[in-house]
Amino acid sequence: MTRIRQFLRFLWDFVVGDDWRIALAVAVALPVTLVLSNNGVRVWWLLPLVVLVMLSVSVWSVARSRR
Amino acid sequence: MSGTEVGLAVSVFIACTVEAVEALTIVLAVGATRSWRSAMIGVGTALLALAAVTAALGPALTALPINVLRGVVGGLLLVFGLQWLRKAILRASGLKALHDEGAAFVEETEAAREAGAVVGSFDGYAFFVSFKGSFLEGLEVVFIALTFGANQKDVPLAAAAAAAAVIAVACAGVALRAPLARVPENTLKFVVGVMLTSFGVFWGGEGVHARWPGGETALLAIVPLLLLFSLGTVAALRRVVAARPTAAQAAGA
Repeated sequence: MTRIRQFLRFLWDFVVGDDWRIALAVAVALPVTLVLSNNGVRVWWLLPLVVLVMLSVSVWSVARSRR
Repeated sequence: MSGTEVGLAVSVFIACTVEAVEALTIVLAVGATRSWRSAMIGVGTALLALAAVTAALGPALTALPINVLRGVVGGLLLVFGLQWLRKAILRASGLKALHDEGAAFVEETEAAREAGAVVGSFDGYAFFVSFKGSFLEGLEVVFIALTFGANQKDVPLAAAAAAAAVIAVACAGVALRAPLARVPENTLKFVVGVMLTSFGVFWGGEGVHARWPGGETALLAIVPLLLLFSLGTVAALRRVVAARPTAAQAAGA
């Protein structure tokens, strides 16, 4: 059990890293883009927007916490 | 070779160079301090394990339908790339310590000396540390090469770029017999973060049916825009860091 937990922990650190909010935002943005695109809405801009917003949120929250 | 293929090869080569430099530092430290033979057996075992991972995952990934592959693997690449870019921005702005290969070598060497005397012809410590370092850094190489290669339907090109990087770093390590501290790792990691994130956005978007204006040429806009945004963020964060009172100022206040 401990080894499975250690492996899952390793996978989490490997892919998700220090800020899980980024992974969550990407995991939400992808299906939202899929649904909107399949309904004829042009949403190519959504993923880049999510990237810029989440990157900013993540690094600025580190800057705030170090003040 | 198309622009996307060039981007793929360059990104994989740079990413793999950075990871290989980090693995080399670990292997050099334990090899020089304890046992070259055991350290090299560790590297060899790690390479075999990585080959097994690649052999298992490679065909499975390329067998997926392209849209599923790009949606899922593009998304993974995007999350992974954002992790690199986030760390690179924090390092460049002074909010996280820069990666220093010279310091890492000293740290690994001291740990190897403190691990006790080498007994017999096979040193378990040198083997394990060397294996772990090579395998973990190599796993990132495999992940990057496979996700890039599978998305572009050109795993051989990605594998060739990865192999070229590893061979170049290994040759430089053998020639210098010292950690490659002069490789501008932090700058390279910044570039890799931008490239992984840009390709992740592009392929992830394609996988979920987002139609990019201009098709593949959209990448020519995504990469420089993300680079400019990241550099702008670094500049803004540096101003915040510089405006912070130092410990001495805070103590005097």
